[in-house]
Amino acid sequence: MSPSGGPDANVPQAIAGPSGFLDDRLGAGNFLKRNLRKVFPDHWSFLLGEIALYSFIILLLTGTFLTFFFKPSMEHVIYDGAYEPLKGVGMSAAYASSLEISFDVRGGLLMRQMHHWAALLFVAGMMVHMLRVFFTGAYRKPRELNWLIGVLLLTLALAEGLTGYSLPDDLLSGAGLRITEGVAISLPLVGTWITFFLFGGEYPGEDVISRFYSLHILLIPGILLALISAHMILMWVQKHTQMPGKGRTNNNVVGAPFYPAFMAKAGAYFMFTFGVIALLGTFAQINPIWIFGPYTPADISAGSQPDFYMGFLEGALRLMPSWEINFLGFTLPMSVLIPALVPMGIIMTGLAVYPFAERWITGDNREHHVVDRPRNNPHRTSIGISAITFYGVLWLLGANDEISWVFKVSLNWTTYIGRVLIFVAPVIAYIVTYRICLGLQRKDAAIIGHGVESGVIKRLPHGEYIEVHVPPSADIEAHMRGKEPVPVLTGADTEPGGIPPKGMRGPIGKLKARMSTAYGGEKIPLDDGHHDGHHDGHGDEHAAVGAGGDDKSITR
Amino acid sequence: MNRITARRRHPLARYAVLLLTLGLLGVAYTLAAPTSERADAAIASGRADDVAEGKKLFEQSCASCHGLNAEGIANRGPSLVGVGAASVDFQVSSGRMPLAQLGAQAPRKKPAPWVNEDTIRQLGAYVQSLGGGPTVPTQEMVDPAKGDKSKGGQLFRANCIQCHNFVGSGGALTQGKYAPPLHDATPRQIYEAMVTGPQAMPVFNDSIITPEQKRDMIAYIVGVREEPNPGGAGLGRIGPVTEGLVAWIVGISLLALAAIWITAKRRQAQ
Repeated sequence: MSPSGGPDANVPQAIAGPSGFLDDRLGAGNFLKRNLRKVFPDHWSFLLGEIALYSFIILLLTGTFLTFFFKPSMEHVIYDGAYEPLKGVGMSAAYASSLEISFDVRGGLLMRQMHHWAALLFVAGMMVHMLRVFFTGAYRKPRELNWLIGVLLLTLALAEGLTGYSLPDDLLSGAGLRITEGVAISLPLVGTWITFFLFGGEYPGEDVISRFYSLHILLIPGILLALISAHMILMWVQKHTQMPGKGRTNNNVVGAPFYPAFMAKAGAYFMFTFGVIALLGTFAQINPIWIFGPYTPADISAGSQPDFYMGFLEGALRLMPSWEINFLGFTLPMSVLIPALVPMGIIMTGLAVYPFAERWITGDNREHHVVDRPRNNPHRTSIGISAITFYGVLWLLGANDEISWVFKVSLNWTTYIGRVLIFVAPVIAYIVTYRICLGLQRKDAAIIGHGVESGVIKRLPHGEYIEVHVPPSADIEAHMRGKEPVPVLTGADTEPGGIPPKGMRGPIGKLKARMSTAYGGEKIPLDDGHHDGHHDGHGDEHAAVGAGGDDKSITR
Repeated sequence: MNRITARRRHPLARYAVLLLTLGLLGVAYTLAAPTSERADAAIASGRADDVAEGKKLFEQSCASCHGLNAEGIANRGPSLVGVGAASVDFQVSSGRMPLAQLGAQAPRKKPAPWVNEDTIRQLGAYVQSLGGGPTVPTQEMVDPAKGDKSKGGQLFRANCIQCHNFVGSGGALTQGKYAPPLHDATPRQIYEAMVTGPQAMPVFNDSIITPEQKRDMIAYIVGVREEPNPGGAGLGRIGPVTEGLVAWIVGISLLALAAIWITAKRRQAQ
């Protein structure tokens, strides 16, 4: 990092020489000087996305190991490996080589298990990261495009997972493949063609494993890698958002520099991720393909479930009543089409559209680098929880047979209840969350207005007991005071009979204005009614023992 | 030849032949039949009276639901005519019968205090006497060591896992019914379940799955349930549901704790 030209007097020649050589040719020193001191804000939730990032690195490493031994072929072979209960059984070469990895390759089972656990943590990490970004409003301008990249990454991760767990060609993954085929063939007009193209003929064909293999190890990871890079570069260029707090504004970033503080934390967090995945891969068995047996289209097991991130689709399929439309000799199997496309469509489209919809409704065109606390935008938080509930009900119902089996309830009832819950639960979740958000806002207002309970009880001269309240600490108060009212479109609150501004006169405009006033605005102002508040002396609310209690104790 | 022919016509010849036949039969019987000691032992242990004893037991413990003559009572218990001794052995030895309370399905439980090898045999003999049915298999027919695991595994996957799960961990059926886990089932009970089709289970008779194939399946079931999990904790061996739970509850929680730990700041004293 010595400036180009002569080596610095303090830097040893062994370092100064090569780095000077590189710097003269790459200009790296300048780049590093600008970027190594980049400031990263500190909050534990900002590390959640790194779970996905580091899991992806581990996926690449373990996945490369697996490709050395895996044979992506559906050629029929007779097993003659180390696992005795399958000896002499006919199976595909893909399944036989997966067994070989599990039982005959040194370290193979650990690698397989780490790869699978890393895949689960990859998607789970993306999900928690996405929830953090959503609930804090970190997707707002200028970060909408990075949010869209994130939604794309999540969608691709699901595809990557599906193609990945289908590869071993075991009986469990075959069930998933069969559902994939069912969905593909149910598509109107193009279904049959797509299915025959994908499977290279009548199901199961002989091509699907090798095709999934190309997708799984080449195409999708390539796109994932490119998008992850873009995601990181955009984050770097736009700077990370920060939580509201002391001295934090939309024009600064308060935190630790990348080098050395943040780099050490990120490095440590990679080690943690690696450690947790290694721990799980060692001590928790995942996808034991040998007990599932080789895939034959005729067999299916109880408890066939996809990996967790596909669970919501499985649940949708299990929830759907049978319904098909026959039209001019064509069959539209709605009981497959709707569960396969509608929940996924609602969730993914909803995610992609949300930043733009919010901007449309609030008219908020400002840049945001300080995030919201979830309580301070109650409608957004309620919509988010409502969506989680929708997803959660589907996810839960994807395991309804295990739920019925473990908790000894009727399988039919889990389905009936699920059919009601899928519509009712999101509404209830919305209302409850909204009330909780307002309650938390009131609590903040109370702390700003009255201070924090100090635990010190004081007896006043006339006998009344009060608890002394002290002002909150400066950083907590700054954190609370970071609250901003949710913007409302100018003119949306025009009085009835008044003339609304242009663009809010038609039916859509009126709806937009109504939604804007409902979504935005300050529900519970922080300083509402507490301007005269002081930290001692108000008797009724905080008196530990009231005057009435005093009287009683005397008369008794 | 003439002399023999003349003797054949002798008036006593027919008695001689009869005597010879009886003698040969007696010799054959003593050679072939069980020895007298075993017969005595059987009488001593009451086998001769198995049916009578079984009827007594039946009247005490079973007749309230199945009827005094095992003819069945509507909405309480089915007729037991023709279910066979195998059915009795399966239901009583696994504790399913006598039933504690009516439900969607009889659960496996600790057998009643009066249940032992002898009482099961007596009850079985009584039920068998009512109308035949599948009999209890011999020890050899259910010996896991004599079966072929890999053949059994294929049959198991083709016939059993739809309800009982890949490794016999069990699974849910409709309306509160379920396929029980096979972890506690003895080889004999597995065999009997296949031939009698208890509760929601279909019957796999000998023309569908031969006795040898049944033994192969028993070998697989017993083998796979005793097999250690090479990958660590088995997580109930029910597939991705528990794996997803572990990924979230263990994986994400540990990593969230780690994130909280490494970003923690020392609180400034007020």
